[in-house]
Amino acid sequence: MLEVTGLCVQTGGQRLIENISFSLLPGDWLMLVGPNGAGKSTMLNAISQALPYQGSVTFEGQDLARMKPRLRAGCLGVLGQRHAVGYAFTVLEVVRLGRYAARGSFFSRQGDLQGRQLIDRAIAMTGLESLLDHSVLTLSGGELQRVFLAQLFAQNPRLLLLDEPANHLDLLYQQQLFNLLQAWLKTPGRALISVVHDLSLARKYGNRALLLDKGRMVVSGDVGTTLSPQTLQSVYQMDVFAWMRGLLEEWQS
Amino acid sequence: MRTKARRFTLTDYLALTLLTLLTMLVCLSLGSVALPLDQTLATLVGALFGKPADPGIAGTIILSLRLPRVLSVALVGAALSLAGAAMQGLLRNPLADGSTLGVSSGASLGAVLALALGVTLPGLSQLGTMGMAMLFAFLSLALILSLAWKIDASLATNTIILIGVIFSMFASSLISLMIAFSGERLRSITFWTMGSLSGTGYTQAFTLLIALLLCAPLILSSSHELDAFAIGEDNAHTIGVNVRGVKLRVLITVSILIGVCVSIGGTIGFVGLVTPHMTRLVVGPAHPRLLPASLFAGAIFLMLADLLARTIVSPIELPLGVVTSFIGAILFVLIFFRSRRAR
Repeated sequence: MLEVTGLCVQTGGQRLIENISFSLLPGDWLMLVGPNGAGKSTMLNAISQALPYQGSVTFEGQDLARMKPRLRAGCLGVLGQRHAVGYAFTVLEVVRLGRYAARGSFFSRQGDLQGRQLIDRAIAMTGLESLLDHSVLTLSGGELQRVFLAQLFAQNPRLLLLDEPANHLDLLYQQQLFNLLQAWLKTPGRALISVVHDLSLARKYGNRALLLDKGRMVVSGDVGTTLSPQTLQSVYQMDVFAWMRGLLEEWQS
Repeated sequence: MRTKARRFTLTDYLALTLLTLLTMLVCLSLGSVALPLDQTLATLVGALFGKPADPGIAGTIILSLRLPRVLSVALVGAALSLAGAAMQGLLRNPLADGSTLGVSSGASLGAVLALALGVTLPGLSQLGTMGMAMLFAFLSLALILSLAWKIDASLATNTIILIGVIFSMFASSLISLMIAFSGERLRSITFWTMGSLSGTGYTQAFTLLIALLLCAPLILSSSHELDAFAIGEDNAHTIGVNVRGVKLRVLITVSILIGVCVSIGGTIGFVGLVTPHMTRLVVGPAHPRLLPASLFAGAIFLMLADLLARTIVSPIELPLGVVTSFIGAILFVLIFFRSRRAR
């Protein structure tokens, strides 16, 4: 459903992303993996049309660069890394804005029943019921992450781009979030791309992976073969498996 | 689950209108000559229904002196406050107001130029200043936007604020230069730069009304987009807002509104900055409520400030800009402390 061909991103003569191509099928969960500064967030931003780029990004054959913002919002939605809200909006107000694109014209009333259901479901999915009237300025980082996730579910796009979704979340919420996303993906016609630093999470939940290093694609494909000890060793310059095993063994002994 | 209504109801609007009209009535009655409220009301109603105006001095004072001025003041206050609320949301910056883009400084420059050189329109002597100010407002808007476009085609918020600040400084330096060379016209220029609506007639009030009727709907209809900007520009992009298009639309509309206001009343500070903050404390930050509430609050605030300017050291009249800045600064500090404690 998503086709990326020859994607390049440049700023100030510096190449941040170089010639990346891949395609995504419905039901895919692609894990973007790589060290800091590899260009993972840049790539998500380019795909979501927040950055100028060369190459083409199409969604079901339609060029995303030429698509109207409201239509694009129905195709893909992004959960960014940073959330800073300027004013004391309530949680409910922020979540409701997810329906902006679907609401259509400026003056239309909140008539769409489907929109209301989506909002209610998004709130229930993210466990925000008790926080609805709270000001977003008073929330913790993890709560804010859930608010914007709820907004994204309310927006209800078919492709989710998540930049380190487990950020700010405690272990329980991390587990719940990834199970939630897995369930979300079960509906036909949906797909997910997420930047993940925790390689074990990437391995457990993703079916495909793309390993980036210094703006170039090292390898992509099935998650098991992509995240092999050899490739990880070459990119991270450390024995990832030995390190993770060592951590747990040390703790348990 | 849904506790607060998203929009104002008809009753809310009626209450706001009534409050504004009441303030207007009080402002029409008070002044260097205080008139009873019922007489003011009778004169107004008489004039409204085409009956011959109340003969004598009271009718003249109300209908030809105070009414056009109070109307202008209310309209300027509404416009400045609405523009300020929109800019504070758009730029996600609580220190922004209609003058942030620098258009008001450009308009001031035009007006000061007209005063210093004695530019007048043939036949309409007092409108020369207004015309020049409007011309310069549009010129500076074109200059600022093309400059911003050249530097950063995505119209990033920081670029806009920076260019606005630089342009304002540049225009202010030219104004100071002009004042230094203005000689005997100094008094009228300084009075103008301090902002005042004394002596405004129905022409000015009508011009303001047209500007507000044209621009306000464009701003009010962008309230959901402004909500998105106030939460964050990245977020606005994600949910499908046409970020650059909306930004351009709001900036241009606000600038037109501000340009017209400055060309008629000079630079009246703090209204556009403080009134939206006060309004936000009452109705919350969501723009479908904040924008219309700011509109009414701005009108009421400026009418009261103008009343003070006219009466506090009567018969001498203070420049309105001085009064609003004085009250505004104190209110701003109070709001600041309140919101600090509330966190």
